[in-house]
Amino acid sequence: MTDSTDPLSREIEGPSPRQMLKARALSHWGLIFGMAVVGLLLLVAIFAPLLAPHDPYAQSLMKRMVPPVFMGGTWEHPLGTDHLGRDYLSRLIYGARVSLLIGAVAALISGFIGTAMGVAAGYFGGKVDAVVTFLINVRLAMPVVLVALAVVAILGGSLTVVICVLGLLLWDRFAVVMRASTLQISRRDYVAAAQVIGASTPRIVLTEIMPNVFNNLIVIVTLEMAHAILLEAALSFLGLGVQPPIPSWGLMVSEGKNMMLFEPWLVLIPGAVLFALVLAINLMGDGLRDVTAPEGRS
Amino acid sequence: MSETLLSVKNLTLDIPTGSGTLHAVRGIDFEMKRGETLSIVGESGSGKSLTSLAVIGLLGKSIKRSADEIRYDDIDLLKASNRVMRDLRGNRIAMIFQEPMTSLNPAYTIGDQLMETLLLHRNVSKSKARARAVELLEKVGITAAESRLSQYPHQLSGGLRQRVMIAMALMCEPDLLIADEPTTALDVTIQAQILRLLVDLTREMNMAMILITHDLGVVARVADKVAVMYAGELVETGPAEAVFATPSHPYTRGLLRCIPQPGKTERGAALGTIAGIVPSLVGDVTGCAFRTRCPHAVPACREAIPLRGTDNHDFRCVHADGALSKEGDAA
Amino acid sequence: MLAFILKRLGLAVLVAFTVSFISFSLLFLSGDPAAALAGETASGEDVEALRRLYGFDRPMLVQYGDWLFSALQGDFGESYYFKLPVASLIAERLQVTMTLGVCGILFALITAVPLGVVAAIRPNSIIDRVALFLSVAGQAMPSFWFGLILIVIFAIQLGMLPPSGADSWQHFIMPTIVLGYYAMPAIMRLTRAGMLDVLNSDYIRTARAKGAGESRVLFKHALRNAIIPVVSLAAVQMGFMLGGSIVVESVFALHGAGYLAWESIARNDLPTVQALILVFSMFYIVFTFLADVLNAWLDPRMRSA
Repeated sequence: MTDSTDPLSREIEGPSPRQMLKARALSHWGLIFGMAVVGLLLLVAIFAPLLAPHDPYAQSLMKRMVPPVFMGGTWEHPLGTDHLGRDYLSRLIYGARVSLLIGAVAALISGFIGTAMGVAAGYFGGKVDAVVTFLINVRLAMPVVLVALAVVAILGGSLTVVICVLGLLLWDRFAVVMRASTLQISRRDYVAAAQVIGASTPRIVLTEIMPNVFNNLIVIVTLEMAHAILLEAALSFLGLGVQPPIPSWGLMVSEGKNMMLFEPWLVLIPGAVLFALVLAINLMGDGLRDVTAPEGRS
Repeated sequence: MSETLLSVKNLTLDIPTGSGTLHAVRGIDFEMKRGETLSIVGESGSGKSLTSLAVIGLLGKSIKRSADEIRYDDIDLLKASNRVMRDLRGNRIAMIFQEPMTSLNPAYTIGDQLMETLLLHRNVSKSKARARAVELLEKVGITAAESRLSQYPHQLSGGLRQRVMIAMALMCEPDLLIADEPTTALDVTIQAQILRLLVDLTREMNMAMILITHDLGVVARVADKVAVMYAGELVETGPAEAVFATPSHPYTRGLLRCIPQPGKTERGAALGTIAGIVPSLVGDVTGCAFRTRCPHAVPACREAIPLRGTDNHDFRCVHADGALSKEGDAA
Repeated sequence: MLAFILKRLGLAVLVAFTVSFISFSLLFLSGDPAAALAGETASGEDVEALRRLYGFDRPMLVQYGDWLFSALQGDFGESYYFKLPVASLIAERLQVTMTLGVCGILFALITAVPLGVVAAIRPNSIIDRVALFLSVAGQAMPSFWFGLILIVIFAIQLGMLPPSGADSWQHFIMPTIVLGYYAMPAIMRLTRAGMLDVLNSDYIRTARAKGAGESRVLFKHALRNAIIPVVSLAAVQMGFMLGGSIVVESVFALHGAGYLAWESIARNDLPTVQALILVFSMFYIVFTFLADVLNAWLDPRMRSA
């Protein structure tokens, strides 16, 4: 009655979920581009000492504000020098370390805090949820830039302080998203089943909840990393973040600002690199979301 | 005014997909007279809803429609402009849907939505539209109709909302009502009421109705004509009594075995099922689509099979009697 | 709906008190506020004198109660730097910030909503792609850098607009664009997603089946539903934007409350900083509360609940 040569009775066999994921990832232009740029800047940051043509801190009063090659400079300083005669390209390269380090560590700290709060709220519900929701509301009501500036100003602008302040301030989105995802997952039957057979709470959270909210978590980590990098740059730009002579891109824009009238590239170059990095991380995050949650795509 | 209200010939709907063209509906023909109720029966994905949306011109942009003829009264719907189609919709052809819970706009009152239909098509005052809305709400059996006008959809139950949808469809006294599974989403007791209401209204207003359903029990009580669809194809069509008395396609018989019949089905006896799954309609799909599940399939089933039969009762099967003799007394 | 509003109001008040406590306790972050205030060169006696003068020798909770009680009456103490009452300092500067905030959110809405709607009507069209590009770029654009670029182009190169200050309406054009662009991506994405969602809904099919024309379907039936969450998002964004105006105000030297915050932080003027954090938080709290109320009022399902 069934005939294997009949075109209608062929098995409707789709690709496996993993294959589909791979196919979607490879055809997602934003994800590919984002990962390529982030990967490139990561390599630049790691191999900064090898790549930088000069010492990023070495000043030379004789060679101040040398223009970049494309504006009549020489290959000695491909991107020119700043107002203290420091090689701009080298500072830019070392600046990648500052941005990526701050972004990654701050996102990890806030991710840890926010995930713990969100998962607890979503899983236990009731009073725990009420308290977490209240804390999220309080956190959202605080003006981030202002509080971060004030705290950094009081404690002093070291790299550690900036990282910790951002890490302690940016957990809100983690908490919101993890709470919602956990709430959704813990209503599913397999969680109820695990509870019925007497699995312990940590076990359920680790083996049933976390694997299912992991995709969302990765997406938020990337997006918040971008957020932290932008905030650090803003703080440093305002002179109350990373302190000189550390080469932070935000600080470089701030230092170039006074010479902007005559040498706009001093502002354009570090800002453009910052923009490119944040754009790439965001594209990566958006891409990961599209690829891992295809049903949510518009 | 011609006697034939709607005539559809060789309607074909293709949906381009990533892995080829999906032949969702292939070569459907049917005809309806004024006041007649045609029931299109089939399981989910058989193309019955698409067929009705193709008539009213509400297919998604990605679906390609072609046909030899789609004629409503004396209007050629294949050539009709958007303007003409808009004038027809809600005015001469009305439609009600499966999901009363989501088919009404949550942002507007029942009254606004009822009156809108009339105001769109008739040059009447708001107060007249309002009076008509009250009249129709009463007609579909809603009590305190006047006060319902200012209510929002979320304040009504599913059954009431479906009644509102029916009232809305009838605002302009259409000649044709398309009801796409109007009772599927409702409680069983409400289902019967809504169905009764539809039947009474079609009789009272001499309105034709296309009733789309997967429930043969509903069809038996309501329809003048039946069209059975399987996987995008019409497999059997004819007057309701004839189709129920002598179901001629193996698929129709399979469907009928799936419903218990008081007095005929023994207590505790297993209900019939049709083994297998609906085939993929992507790519080449000539021949009888049911052959992969049919107990009487033969190699000839792969060839294109014309509809045939007598007295307007037609079926599409290679076996002269639709393989009835092979099933013995099963039907 | 009244119960809903009262509940929200209660929550808002509770959040406000918590924020006030946090912003007050910032003072103690440095360990000894008196020492911080006196500066590094001050002698032990000077520090002690300051400690008594400002009451830092009392228990922290007492100080908080004292501060809160005054704050509730509109008295935030005296600025360490300006030697003026903090409340009047802030009040004087708020006008600029509010103007900027209102212009910014209007700019964001006027650009983002139409773009979002068109993008949803014609997914994957050129306009959709442009809108997507604008929103992706907007989220990645450092606002201080964007501001500086605008200054370079429109003030320095073209000489069309004044680079800084707040004397005329022209002074507000660039700051408005920079601040508004910050809120645009979220509003546009929500409009687009909302419209796409609504356009696929059953009631839109009902409207079409009634014979409603395309523009009627889009604007009367679809946008009316899709816009509800956008309105509340805009209110929330407004709260965020006021808090974020510090960067924009410092780039364009607009002497608003954000600029004041920057000055006070740089000068360790803690009473002003505390008060500003509280004021900006209050704006956020009030705007989100209004957003909730507006949302409930616009959505019939919540209005009658």
